[in-house]
Amino acid sequence: MKSLEDLKKMREAALNKVQMREGGKDYRVVVGMATCGIAAGARPVLNRLVEETAANDYNCVVTQTGCIGMCIYEPIVEVFGKEGEHTTYIHVDPDKAARILEEHIKNGHVIEEYTVDAAVNGGK
Amino acid sequence: MFRTNVLVCAGTGCSASNSDEIFKNLNEELKKLGLEEEVKVIKTGCFGLCQKGPIVAVHPDNVYYAHVKPEDAERIVAEHLYKGRVVTDLQLSDEDLKTHEKIVDIEKIKFYEKQQRIALRNCGKINPEDIEEYIAVDGYQAIGKVLTEMTPEQVIDEVKKSGLRGRGGAGFPTGLKWQFEKASPGTEKYVICNADEGDPGAFMDRSVLEGDPHAIIEGMEIMAYAVGAKKGYIYIRAEYPIAVHRLRIAIDQAKAFGLLGDNILGTGFNFDLELRLGAGAFVCGEETALIASIEGKRGMPTPKPPFPAVSGVWGKPTSINNVETLANVAQIIWKGADWFTSIGTEKSKGTKVFALGGKIKNTGLVEVPMGTTLREVIYEIGGGCPNNKAFKAVQTGGPSGGCLTEKMLDTPIDFDNLVAAGSMMGSGGMIVLDEDNCMVDVARFYMEFIVDESCGKCSPCRIGTKRLLEMLTKITKGEGTLEMLDEMEKLCHEIKDTALCGLGQTAPNPVLSTLANFRDEYIAHVVDKKCPAHVCKDLLTYSIDPNACKKCSMCARGCPVNAITGVPGKEPYVIDTDKCIKCGNCMTACRFGAVVRK
Repeated sequence: MKSLEDLKKMREAALNKVQMREGGKDYRVVVGMATCGIAAGARPVLNRLVEETAANDYNCVVTQTGCIGMCIYEPIVEVFGKEGEHTTYIHVDPDKAARILEEHIKNGHVIEEYTVDAAVNGGK
Repeated sequence: MFRTNVLVCAGTGCSASNSDEIFKNLNEELKKLGLEEEVKVIKTGCFGLCQKGPIVAVHPDNVYYAHVKPEDAERIVAEHLYKGRVVTDLQLSDEDLKTHEKIVDIEKIKFYEKQQRIALRNCGKINPEDIEEYIAVDGYQAIGKVLTEMTPEQVIDEVKKSGLRGRGGAGFPTGLKWQFEKASPGTEKYVICNADEGDPGAFMDRSVLEGDPHAIIEGMEIMAYAVGAKKGYIYIRAEYPIAVHRLRIAIDQAKAFGLLGDNILGTGFNFDLELRLGAGAFVCGEETALIASIEGKRGMPTPKPPFPAVSGVWGKPTSINNVETLANVAQIIWKGADWFTSIGTEKSKGTKVFALGGKIKNTGLVEVPMGTTLREVIYEIGGGCPNNKAFKAVQTGGPSGGCLTEKMLDTPIDFDNLVAAGSMMGSGGMIVLDEDNCMVDVARFYMEFIVDESCGKCSPCRIGTKRLLEMLTKITKGEGTLEMLDEMEKLCHEIKDTALCGLGQTAPNPVLSTLANFRDEYIAHVVDKKCPAHVCKDLLTYSIDPNACKKCSMCARGCPVNAITGVPGKEPYVIDTDKCIKCGNCMTACRFGAVVRK
């Protein structure tokens, strides 16, 4: 390292190594990763969420959970907000996952058509 | 890109409980399921909650597992990391809150709630063997700021303004120490990190070195720049192999990154750092003895003055700071003296790390703001004495400190208050004693330690402490007299006044403080020939209550010297006190409480 500038650049580059241990994000994005979820393709969804979050520095942590009992709708991605508000997206694929981050986490808009409400009640 | 980080504690405590194997097994299990590209397992420093170790933390899920065994790795990987189901039976639970709820936020559990971590800030958070992780958490930013924006005088002023005092025991103002060296004439100057942690029960320096070695390197660089030194030594005991190993890695990495050695960060500042391993003599924590040891001489103290700031290692000006002190330095520079002075009491700023040990539920490392009371540390963080035993005293300051009683528990902890209460901060060992501890025996234990560790150079320490130990031993054997107590007290003061170095000058403290606070226990030993805590074997007698005895013969079968006779089912058993070696086996063996100890 030749200068303070180099050190600052290195710090930026190294940040993603430790960032997920910090917490303090506004949203928690949770992927169902039980046998049903994995069989339906939750793993690529999870990986895409992790990659996109890191690349765009979205204000969320991505984590996983077990079966929530709606195996028929897997892969399921749930988004929890700061106030405990909670949206359940179903039949998510990697591209839908990227859109959820873009629309919901970044812009704050729930994508109604992907939600479980839309599937069960035909939307609000 | 990893989706999950698994942090395995690799401090000495958890390593001793197989955390290495847990690390290995986790990696193997991840590989079996093809998750090695998704989940990263990292060895990290001490979480402080040693009682619950080995600890494994999973992020970003914020799940903490306690008492993990190597064979648990399979379940953690298959259930949690593969299927996302937290292994609840392994999860850390807050027993003091009497709940078994999942710990979602570790900061909220009682053990951490009152803590504020500055010296330990990265322990349990980063991988100490990866300099990039240290850089990611603002590492080496402070030395960058110092080298590009500040003069040495400004650095010293900032540290003086912060009110930082030496964490090794005496509490000397750090900035002042640096100023003295800076003012000493000469161009060849040195800095030393004193990592010769010797107090029985203290392990905070080891944990900082194991968990955050780069913080010490950065602190030493700042100190070197301030005083005008180009060379530094870390004097560390060879009994700390993990800390030595991580320091070596850290030094090599810092050199490779251009953050140590010549022309640091392109500013023209040169600083070279060397490790010196000590053989573990307690006296080598004393600065003049430490310097002698670095120079290859026998570790013995020399009279002061001259102080090391004038004539230290190789006869050149030298500043010596303890590990925990140095761990605060980079933070003070980076966040400013005003931030640091906002924490703590009027005369003691910042935080202090304590190693909680002895009769306490949560053995471990805690860092609290100065001014926290002993009661908060022992009861709220430490959880009090286990098995519903009554608290008797807390020993602070190691062999140089004293015992504080129930009455003093509401004392806010800082350097001056502890001295006023008859003990001292020392390096921060805190050993809790309960009703089963005999205070005479405790004093004897510390004196035995001192007699072993006295270097023998000056007679007050060499001969005086030996005489104290002899008298204490006599008292524990029931051969003491009341005059002996006065004689001990007098000798203690003579040693304090005349010993050459800090070791001897403070060596009588455990005796003086137990004499002052627990004289009744001494008198019980001397006059009644009884040990109230039932510790001193020579003063105990075991007998069997014939009315309670069920004649089952269990006691006799457990006796290693055949001192117990009786007839099974017919005659109650009797202990022959001449043969009895007071091992206590019969008492453990008896299921009816018929064995009586007096």
